[in-house]
Amino acid sequence: MLILECPCCGVKGEETEFAPGGEAHLKRFGPGSSEDDFHAYLFEKENPRGVHFERWRHANGCGKWFHAARDTLTLEVFGTYPAQTAEPPKDIRDKIAARRPGWRWREFS
Amino acid sequence: MSEAQSAMPGAAFEGAHTVRETGLCGMITLRGDLGASAMAEAVRDAAGTAVPGRREIVHEGASSVAWMSPDELLVMTEYARVPEALAAIGAALKGAHHLAVDVSDARAMFEVTGKPGAVREAIAKLCPVDMGHDAFAPGQIRRTRMGQVAAAFWMVDEGTIRVVCFRSVAEYVFGLLRDAGLPGGEVGLFG
Ligand SMILES: [Zn+2]
Repeated sequence: MLILECPCCGVKGEETEFAPGGEAHLKRFGPGSSEDDFHAYLFEKENPRGVHFERWRHANGCGKWFHAARDTLTLEVFGTYPAQTAEPPKDIRDKIAARRPGWRWREFS
Repeated sequence: MSEAQSAMPGAAFEGAHTVRETGLCGMITLRGDLGASAMAEAVRDAAGTAVPGRREIVHEGASSVAWMSPDELLVMTEYARVPEALAAIGAALKGAHHLAVDVSDARAMFEVTGKPGAVREAIAKLCPVDMGHDAFAPGQIRRTRMGQVAAAFWMVDEGTIRVVCFRSVAEYVFGLLRDAGLPGGEVGLFG
């Protein structure tokens, strides 16, 4: 079972109370961008077995979006943090390093 | 004007716990800066309460105010008082960015009563929520999933829980609450 703590309302809820929103920290490439960038934005998503950063929405709760760092294999949650965050925060990355030495995710490690 | 009707007038069930539809209830969705002094004034004028803290619900007479999200409250009062409460909110928040909408007819409310353990058990059967005495108590509100739909509930006291859901799923939610109390289904986890 995946248990997430919503940073907006503080509820520690079980997976079915939330809605997954795909990979976190994507940079949007819209009108005026190159075809390669647009293609990468649309289709080149991370799909790791292990450390991953995702967007989630507390759909059956406060309704807010937030970020979660977790392990897709063990369902261990390293932390949740506000949606208004452009990249994985330092404290979350340190927590992951302690639990998964040598981890990598895109340009972060 | 037509006569307003609640979702399931008179619906009731008696089993391991009792369920009844509460009838018409005035509800206002109020969004804005919950920390602003004008918001405190609006809530006081509309419902006579202070602004509830995170995941809390406060009561005063026939009115209640529930914390729904970091920028949203649910103001509950008598159905007929909603226009008056909306006017009070509008006056207090004049010029401030906010939203106040009458959602009374978009919702349904049920009351589950019974032995303290039985009402906790009814919710625990339907929602992924820890209903243990240390985890949930009167004064708190919990928005969650009940069966397949969104719902919120709070305890009025140890033997009374109120459930609010969208009116369009009222029959479904009533059915869930009824089935959770059918004879033979008692678990007794909460005493
Ligand atoms: Zn939340």
